[in-house]
Amino acid sequence: METVNPIERVLRGVAITLVILFFMFPILWIVLMSFQTNETILRMPPSVVFTPTIENYQALITGKLETSAGILEIAFMKNLFNSFFLSTASVAIGLVLGVPAAYAFARLKFKGSEDIAFTLLSFRFAPPLLVLLPLTIYFQQLGLANTYGGLIWVYQLIVLPLILWIVRGYFEDIPADVEYAYRIAGHSWGATFRKIALPLAGPGIAAAALLAFIFAWNNFVFALVLASADKQPVTVGALAFVTASGIQYGQIAAGIVLSIAPTFALALYAQRYLVEGLSLGAVKG
Amino acid sequence: MTLELKNIVKAFKSDVVLDGVSLSVATGETLVLFGPSGAGKTVLLRLIAGVIDPDEGTIRIAGRDMAGVEPEDRGIGMAFQNFALFPHMDATENIAAPLTAKKMGKQQIAHTVEKVAKMLKIDHVLHHKPKELSNGQKQRTALARALSGEPDILLLDDPLRNVDAKLRFEMRLELPRLLKSQQATVIYVTQDYKEAMALGDRIAVMNGHGIQQIGTPRDIYMSPANLEIARLFGDPVINLLDVTPERSERGVQVMLSGQPLVIDAGFAHAIGQSCVLGIRPEALQFVPEGTPGAIPVQIETEAPLNEKTVTLALTKNRREVMISRPSGTEAPSSGTAWVIADVTNIHLFDRTSGDRIEPGQSAAVQGAA
Repeated sequence: METVNPIERVLRGVAITLVILFFMFPILWIVLMSFQTNETILRMPPSVVFTPTIENYQALITGKLETSAGILEIAFMKNLFNSFFLSTASVAIGLVLGVPAAYAFARLKFKGSEDIAFTLLSFRFAPPLLVLLPLTIYFQQLGLANTYGGLIWVYQLIVLPLILWIVRGYFEDIPADVEYAYRIAGHSWGATFRKIALPLAGPGIAAAALLAFIFAWNNFVFALVLASADKQPVTVGALAFVTASGIQYGQIAAGIVLSIAPTFALALYAQRYLVEGLSLGAVKG
Repeated sequence: MTLELKNIVKAFKSDVVLDGVSLSVATGETLVLFGPSGAGKTVLLRLIAGVIDPDEGTIRIAGRDMAGVEPEDRGIGMAFQNFALFPHMDATENIAAPLTAKKMGKQQIAHTVEKVAKMLKIDHVLHHKPKELSNGQKQRTALARALSGEPDILLLDDPLRNVDAKLRFEMRLELPRLLKSQQATVIYVTQDYKEAMALGDRIAVMNGHGIQQIGTPRDIYMSPANLEIARLFGDPVINLLDVTPERSERGVQVMLSGQPLVIDAGFAHAIGQSCVLGIRPEALQFVPEGTPGAIPVQIETEAPLNEKTVTLALTKNRREVMISRPSGTEAPSSGTAWVIADVTNIHLFDRTSGDRIEPGQSAAVQGAA
């Protein structure tokens, strides 16, 4: 073990604290804001001393936004459900399609495999607005506009390349000999995929799924154009807080807290899979 | 099960690895594939296992053509050089892999795993994951996995390569008995000539895209087919000296440091040919000064090698020769000494082609007459 001298340890601690402050401060500030009224948020100079209120959360959960101009109906909980449903379904379908495809690209060197894989990746290069216009027209003709199915389909543009390329790398890292050994032991190709390749790439698949979920959750522009109010996710739904009588900062903050909570929790939970070493102890380098 | 390879050709891109390899192995026989790295030994093993396909040629197991037969249907057990254990399964599950494929009952699997593990002395680490096993235990687990399904054909790819010297020595003694008890047809790949000699019923020496010689360990050691094989078998390496056989009144002789060495009269057909004389270090012996035919050498250094002591010396023409003798025997350790070669234990090779020159039968008869 290397010995760390005390000064170095202190400096390292300071550096880590600075980084954490830098990244966590906005989140902390949002959390604080979510317990304040618009008046306390906007007062000058800003202060961290205030009497907390839960009326922002109340408004979001009951769906009734009280403004100076009267009571406004908002569909935040519905939006939250939409976000959940759209992201989960997209990632699930992305995994079902992407993981076997990733395995094929990793293990079978067929003609044009690199070209196909690259084409799939290239979906991520195009600015989404470029495809949105023609897509809107097609979707209207096909009757897919403003449907969950249509949105999930379009979300594959985000989710599929991500899953495909991340998981492919993990499959490639599994020594081919380990799979050969299982087949020589008498197991079929399919069993080898299920019992060897999938478990060994497990942490990678979890990481890819998590990232894909976050990307899908954070998507704004596809849902803005292709979905109307009842299918909108939170990212689009948050626009409702910009009202005629002003911007409801308190509710926006509460909305953000509620909408980042699931991804935040998921990331915390999946952390051990993400960090879990992929060093395959059974094979000598 | 018999195994038969016929005219196997395999190239990766334009890189030809195997060029027309034919081989047949009898039921229960242990054939060692021996050769330097890059000779295509592992590729040949993988072709037999079916994880890669040959470009040309046929592989038959028990007479059945294996083209298009998947690895899982070939009835093969294989131990990989890098072990290739399943990292997410413990040793028990690893060893049980060939048994679960056969849809065996739980109890029977447990019993078989236990038996194989006992035989290989790893029954105390059965619940360990591969990364918790030492190299020796990994190697034994890999071997146990290859054996547990009682395959008809066992492919062992240099299984002792990555284990320490002590364990390698133990396993070299243990393996022949183990392999015999399996009654399987075994193909064993190694780069270690001692392993090859200890384990093989026959040895196939691979070099330069193909098999250069197949024979019993004794055949290969006593009559290597070419210079390269002579150099690969034997430790310390064989002494190779450039000579040109010439006729003498006593038959055929070569000159070593100005001293004539009379060799088998059967080499008469090689007279005048540029040759290389191979003398194993153990075929050279220290003798007192004045012994007829003795060659003077200048002793440089001596070193113990296992049960032998090896002396490095220079001849009058500044050529290095090695002389080996059983440890504990007396020999000069410095200055000038005299050695004599055992003419019954020499090899003659053509200098350009490197091929072995056999003493001709006709000449021997002539000598007798």
